Amino acid sequence: MTIWRRVACSVLLLVIGVSLAANWLAPGGYARQYREEADAAPSRAHWLGTDEIGRDRFARVLYGTRISLLLAPAAALLSTLMAALVGGLAGFLGGSWARAAMAMTDLFLSLPWLFLLITVRALMPLNVSPIVSVLVTFLMLGLLGWTSAARVLCATASSLRDSDFVRQARASGIRGPRLFWMHVLPNLKPVLYAQFWISIPVFILSEANLGILGLGVAEPMPSWGSLLKELEGLVSVGEEPWKFVPLLLLVIVVTSFQLVLSRQEEAAA
Amino acid sequence: MLGRIARHGLTIVATVLMGGLLSATLVRFAPGFDTDEAELDPHLNSESLQALRQTRIEQHNIIRFYLHSVQRAVRGDLGTSISLGQPVNALLRERAPLTLRLVGIGFLLSWAAVLALSLSAAWLRALAYDTFATILSGSLLCIPAAVLALLSVLWNVPGALAIALIIAPHDYRYSRNLLAKAYSLPHIVTARAKGLSELRILFWHVVPVVGPQLLAVAGVSVSLAVGAAIPVEALCGLAGVGQLAWQAALARDLPLLMNITILVTLVTLLANSGADVIGHMLRGQEA
Repeated sequence: MTIWRRVACSVLLLVIGVSLAANWLAPGGYARQYREEADAAPSRAHWLGTDEIGRDRFARVLYGTRISLLLAPAAALLSTLMAALVGGLAGFLGGSWARAAMAMTDLFLSLPWLFLLITVRALMPLNVSPIVSVLVTFLMLGLLGWTSAARVLCATASSLRDSDFVRQARASGIRGPRLFWMHVLPNLKPVLYAQFWISIPVFILSEANLGILGLGVAEPMPSWGSLLKELEGLVSVGEEPWKFVPLLLLVIVVTSFQLVLSRQEEAAA
Repeated sequence: MLGRIARHGLTIVATVLMGGLLSATLVRFAPGFDTDEAELDPHLNSESLQALRQTRIEQHNIIRFYLHSVQRAVRGDLGTSISLGQPVNALLRERAPLTLRLVGIGFLLSWAAVLALSLSAAWLRALAYDTFATILSGSLLCIPAAVLALLSVLWNVPGALAIALIIAPHDYRYSRNLLAKAYSLPHIVTARAKGLSELRILFWHVVPVVGPQLLAVAGVSVSLAVGAAIPVEALCGLAGVGQLAWQAALARDLPLLMNITILVTLVTLLANSGADVIGHMLRGQEA
């Protein structure tokens, strides 16, 4: 492991650790309003100041980081499992199954990712409770983000289907689900790990885009997307630099994921 | 070649029809479907309410609903926007030119920057320059597209440049790797050693090798550029199709959103098929 990857892993662990300690570091919570200090600059009481309705920005960044960092991997896990199921099974079964699954995949892939997300988000009710909006946002990312991974897994499973060890297993009488479960799926693991890691930063960025466009996590629940929406009200970049802290944190975390996943990509290759 | 074009044409038609059916199904089952605010009018009597409900009865069967939509689309009628109360056709005709111009200029700017950066990296072969370009593109990749759009508003940067900044880092990674690989091929190293000019090497030896692959990357980046049009138009206040899609999503104007989605699918499929056909022609010439 190179020094940069070690640094990236340490940064990720630190950010995750600090966000998990949000309850102790910001006991006031993310929704508590300090009405007499609305839109305040950083102070000893509020390290990153307060937002326009007086909520502590530091607390919101901590809780928002926790939501984004815990749910993006959960969505990545869901999308990887779906990709394994659809792509892996299609590649393993081959023939018309594979063609039908890949036609469906192509249909999803032909749509720009953000278009697909806002379309599907619009199909669901927008006036839901904050907790439901968090679940809907990340569930949607997980349920729609499997397509490109499914293509890769289909190709890998297809090459495994014709490999010597699978033929030998088939000749020994192992068939159907057992063959897939015991012999094909374990060999898809490196690709699955890589796809899982690749999906996390993609989902973090997608949630941020949706949040800024007002189609992500609903108020008062914080997430990186909803925190970045504050930048919309800025007049100049140097005016209130502390408002860029969520962006800085997001860039650091996504960069760290990119550095870590370069190893996963090598492993998958 | 004709067979390849026909195959692409069939794929596009099948994908659009399948996408249309999927869209119609999603619209049909979306919460709030089959509700009409007009029914809340206290002045309406039960016969009027019954008549209103009767007009929507055909929408209950998905296949009939879909076939009816296709029939209308063939006649050039894409329906009426619920939120804006205008024909979808008129809205698209009004807004498409701005989006096409924005996406087109953004795409060209992005590819000019990508080719300049990756070619100079391949020619200079300087570690510092390559590292600088990689860090620059890597940093841009880590910033959400919507934040880049917001920053472009703050810095008064044109929307097309914002689109270029969103898509260029994605394309740079591929084009740099492709060009670096091509320049390390034995026949190109030999040509360089023999003193051939860089331009001659580029057009005679490098382009035929990497041309089809770069075209495929360009085809994919059309899809990225169209996707980037949503945050850029929505946050920069540009009245294009991207902004229309965003407004339709916020207002849950599903018929409008579905029509835009199918149109965008068609554009991206055409771009990818075009890139594939041209790439195939280039490979044919090389052979």
